[in-house]
Amino acid sequence: MLALEQLAIAYGPHTVVRDISLSLAQGQIGCLVGPSGCGKTTLLRAIAGFEPVSNGRITLQQQQVSAPGDTLSPELRHVGMVFQDFALFPHLTVADNISFGLKNQSRAARRDRVKQLLQLVGLPDLGQRYIHQLSGGQQQRVALARALAPEPRVLLLDEPFSSLDAELREALARDIRSILKKLSITAIMVTHDQFEAFTMADMVGVMDHGNLQQWATPYELYHKPANRFVADFIGRGVLLPGTMLDSQQVETSLGVFNQYYVSDARTGDKVDVLIRPDDIVHDDISGVTATVTDKSFRGSHILYTLALGTGEQVLCLALSHHNHSIGEKIGIRLDLDHLVMFPRG
Amino acid sequence: MLKAWADIWRWSVLVPAFVLALPVIIVFGSLLSPQPEVWAHLRATVLADYVINSVILAFGTGFGALLIGTGTAWLVAQYQFTGRRVMEWLLLLPLAMPAYIIAYTYTGMLDFAGPVQTTLRQWSGWSYGDYWFPEIRSLWGAVLMLALVLYPYVYMLARNAFREQSSSLLEASRTLGMTPRQHFWKVALPLARPALLTGMALAMMEALADYGTVQYFGVPTFTTGLFRTWFGMGNRVAAAQLAAMLTSFVLLLLFLERWSRRKIRYFYHGQRQVNIRRRLSPWQQRSALLICLLPVIFGFVIPAAQLTFWATETWHYTLDQRFATLVWNTFSLAAIAAVISVLLALLFAYAKRLRRDLLVQAPVRIAALGYAVPGTVIAIGVMIPLAWLDTHIDLLAEEWFGIRTGLLLSGTLVALVLAYSVRFLAVSLHSVEAGLDRIKPGMDNAARSLGCTPVQVLGRVHVPLLRGSVLSALLLVFVDVLKELPATLILRPFNFNTLAVRAHELASDERLADAALPALAIVLVGLLPVIWLARSVDQRSKGNS
Amino acid sequence: MKLKQTAVLLWAGLAGLAVNTAELLAAEVNIYSARQEELIKPLLDKFTADTGIKVNLITGNPDELISRIASEGRNSPADVLISTDVGRLYRAKQQDVLQSIQSDVLTTTIPEALRDPAGLWFGLTMRARPILYVPGKVDPAELSTYEDLASPKWKGRICIRSSNNIYNQSMTASLIAHDGAAAAESWAKGLVANFAMPPKGGDRDQIKAAAAGVCDIAIANTYYLGGMLADPRDKVEAEKVKVFWPNQDGRGTHINISGAGVAKYAPNKAQAVQLLEYMTGAEAQQWYAEANHEYPVRTDVKASAVLQGFGEFKADQLQLDKLGELNAEAIRVMDRAGWK
Repeated sequence: MLALEQLAIAYGPHTVVRDISLSLAQGQIGCLVGPSGCGKTTLLRAIAGFEPVSNGRITLQQQQVSAPGDTLSPELRHVGMVFQDFALFPHLTVADNISFGLKNQSRAARRDRVKQLLQLVGLPDLGQRYIHQLSGGQQQRVALARALAPEPRVLLLDEPFSSLDAELREALARDIRSILKKLSITAIMVTHDQFEAFTMADMVGVMDHGNLQQWATPYELYHKPANRFVADFIGRGVLLPGTMLDSQQVETSLGVFNQYYVSDARTGDKVDVLIRPDDIVHDDISGVTATVTDKSFRGSHILYTLALGTGEQVLCLALSHHNHSIGEKIGIRLDLDHLVMFPRG
Repeated sequence: MLKAWADIWRWSVLVPAFVLALPVIIVFGSLLSPQPEVWAHLRATVLADYVINSVILAFGTGFGALLIGTGTAWLVAQYQFTGRRVMEWLLLLPLAMPAYIIAYTYTGMLDFAGPVQTTLRQWSGWSYGDYWFPEIRSLWGAVLMLALVLYPYVYMLARNAFREQSSSLLEASRTLGMTPRQHFWKVALPLARPALLTGMALAMMEALADYGTVQYFGVPTFTTGLFRTWFGMGNRVAAAQLAAMLTSFVLLLLFLERWSRRKIRYFYHGQRQVNIRRRLSPWQQRSALLICLLPVIFGFVIPAAQLTFWATETWHYTLDQRFATLVWNTFSLAAIAAVISVLLALLFAYAKRLRRDLLVQAPVRIAALGYAVPGTVIAIGVMIPLAWLDTHIDLLAEEWFGIRTGLLLSGTLVALVLAYSVRFLAVSLHSVEAGLDRIKPGMDNAARSLGCTPVQVLGRVHVPLLRGSVLSALLLVFVDVLKELPATLILRPFNFNTLAVRAHELASDERLADAALPALAIVLVGLLPVIWLARSVDQRSKGNS
Repeated sequence: MKLKQTAVLLWAGLAGLAVNTAELLAAEVNIYSARQEELIKPLLDKFTADTGIKVNLITGNPDELISRIASEGRNSPADVLISTDVGRLYRAKQQDVLQSIQSDVLTTTIPEALRDPAGLWFGLTMRARPILYVPGKVDPAELSTYEDLASPKWKGRICIRSSNNIYNQSMTASLIAHDGAAAAESWAKGLVANFAMPPKGGDRDQIKAAAAGVCDIAIANTYYLGGMLADPRDKVEAEKVKVFWPNQDGRGTHINISGAGVAKYAPNKAQAVQLLEYMTGAEAQQWYAEANHEYPVRTDVKASAVLQGFGEFKADQLQLDKLGELNAEAIRVMDRAGWK
């Protein structure tokens, strides 16, 4: 459906995106996350046709739309886009905004389509309003309806929730996901918020410095990060130094762990083991203890920063009634489902 | 708590606002004494000309300015091309060129005995009548002259409007299947419409107020007709009635402009994004630069060069002691008018800030409408009440004290300064209010809580913060007075010619080259606010990127 | 209110400036002049130096100045009205803004035809409105009178400015005075039929048009030609035409004057008369006439070298007051003849 092959984008001599390959099947929702300046928005704009590519190619439904020196104009791509600032036309009503991209259709057909879309995004009565009369969340829905109206081949969403209140975001993200799924729309969203990405996406790509670090399902990203950057960027956690005892066992200050598959690590290799806060369980009867150096109350949970005897720090997510004060020693137990480690040095 | 009638602020506004509104009231009051014979004559002969020519002049100039201003503003706001930054302020230069002065220079160049046609005849061997050449001294010539110097009004507002449009709007249009051209017509232009119409209305008001150009070109319009009826036919009341008609036109225009802007507040709601200017191919860059250069060349460079050329030919006898006196007269008059106008503006602005009731707000707004009223209208509106007052003061003084006071008001600078105050209050008020708006009431309170007395608050907070806007108000009024022609022509007292009047007299006497020096002086001083404007524009665009 | 001081301060400033601007008028001589400042100011400065009388000057369009004196009424500060043509002086007289002056100095130095019979206005300089022709295209032997310019042989060969202009109105008035209104009208029709182009621009433009080959004959006042000859930028064009003095075998060439009158309510009448007498003095005449490229009204003062180059001529002796009287008739005649 949508495929990027060895794509690179350059501004003059300065390459901002390099060697990116990914693909989405019909109806799949993809998401690009990464710190600001990582090239994710540039990539999205390249798919829309606003940026020419310097290497590789983009295909949409087997049609090549971008290749070096050959960029199909955005208006000819049939790509829908929802912008960070929504970019709604303030001089038009909601209905006129939605029908803006409907060309070569009868007035009645357009009216029906607008009605249908307003229904879809849950604003059936607001067609005659002007944009300034809508709340932020409503504007977002109108922007989505407008982008969907011409039945685009792929929908692009550029940080669509960044200008909304935190409590609105998640609900809206879920709503939009269900709309897209219902219509079986292929979509790509760009965000810097991984939880948004997890809520929305079937496939998530983590980008850094113009490179795609990993392209995987949310579960895989969290639990099987491909490299240190992804491990660090997705979720919280610390990297605990360890030493390989053999190809399957690693020794750390929290004890010895087994991994179930054979790695190419050799005995004596120095590695870092990824420890998520939820990997460490607070257990009063455990013999292993650590000192609370910091805590932050999270409602249902408390996130403790613990200092191990060796001086290393780990995070621990404990249920909130396990209230301990800073300086206290608490017992912990490691509950690792699988081991993620990266060679050091 | 003071009683309402004892409130000095309220009186400080009501009294001067009434005086400033008086000329317009008088002009409309003239309608109460019908002049059937004169009107029968005007209707039979020239009235249709006045109406038609004035309407063509206003709309022709408005559309011309709209076309030039919008086109160039779109280019500099949306595209990246070599020379764009310089063009951004070069396009303002024609603001420094009064329309009557550009009219003199083009007449000198394009008349049949001028260098252009002479060269054409020498080169082609044609003689008069063998070829067609556009007649510059015509209604359309006047439209062209006015459009060339008034388009910056549209340009400035349009550029800001286009710049404020987020570039994602264009991208949204394109993902919805619109080409950039379709986007311009369907989105960018409708969005900028309020700004464009405001600029166009300003240009049209200036065109309706113009006297120097149409008089020189011999085009009968309301302003020249007003002069003719007043001075040629000696009927001041009928002239005032013509003035009332002209003012109604202008007020209608003003009303339409306000009405079309009623939705403007909705239009600046969206988030601002950094506007990415589109790049152009080298060939397109050259065309964009050329398109932007044309109005600057025709609206400023050519006339300024012609004036400079004439001035170098004539300065050895025009640049003398009397020219120095002329400059001194003009500058001191402009300075007095600027100071008074700014003092009034400060008074009004503070009153508006401190008294938010209608009794203060409304008179200030009415008094500030004067900028829409043509100078000829204000002149007649000032002359009638002042002459009446003079007659009565004189009679009383003679009766009671046995002395003659003569033309105490109408024959002195009082009349002129009053006319300038009416016409240019809006200019100074706008600037001063903008400055005062930056001083939030919280700052007063903060200063008081830090131990300042009210006077210290004024000295340590308001004066430093207002200095910039007061200076710019002074400068703007100063230059406007410098360029003002018709009111000065009618109201100036003894020994008080200004540069504008002198340029007008010399040009009317077919001595264009001798008129160049005073004209050039006006243009050079007129450049000051343009440079200041350009600098503030530059700083803003730096802040944006 | 805490900022009351501000209001008081602002008012004080305004009042101070108002007092400054309303300078009181001293007893001097006040001139309303249609003559441009630079063509008269040096003479007035000399008058001040010689007599100690301060001169206040306001310049402007003559019609505007007359209206201004009229509307100012008995309050008018105007002492002297200076006009550049007799038509406007007559208009001022009709509007009753001038007063009669009895001065032996003025009546003896100024020829009778060049001043108002009742002493309301006096001619100060004189100019003629001759025919200017392009040598080579026109044989001066073909030229004779103003009346002859209506002859079909001049078809498409004449340049003259608009009938709105007072010099043409005065010239047509002189034809009415001499030939009668009917003859003047058919003359005007013939003249209009001979125009090389629709009237536009001023007298200088007609001369330039002739020099540029648009027409063979231009009609213009002598001082315009004199001024062009004295100006290096126009000299070449001005030298392309020659002066022909029409009607030399009959009444003489049409002339006009610049002149002045004393305002009806002149506050400084004595000084006003003194100024007029000063301006008819030999030295003043010499300078004033020369600065304006005009002929002195005094017969004992010689014209400038440039004007002498045009040759001697016989001037029409018509009482100029008559031109003013016939001005309205002249406009109607020209309107009917289709003279734009």
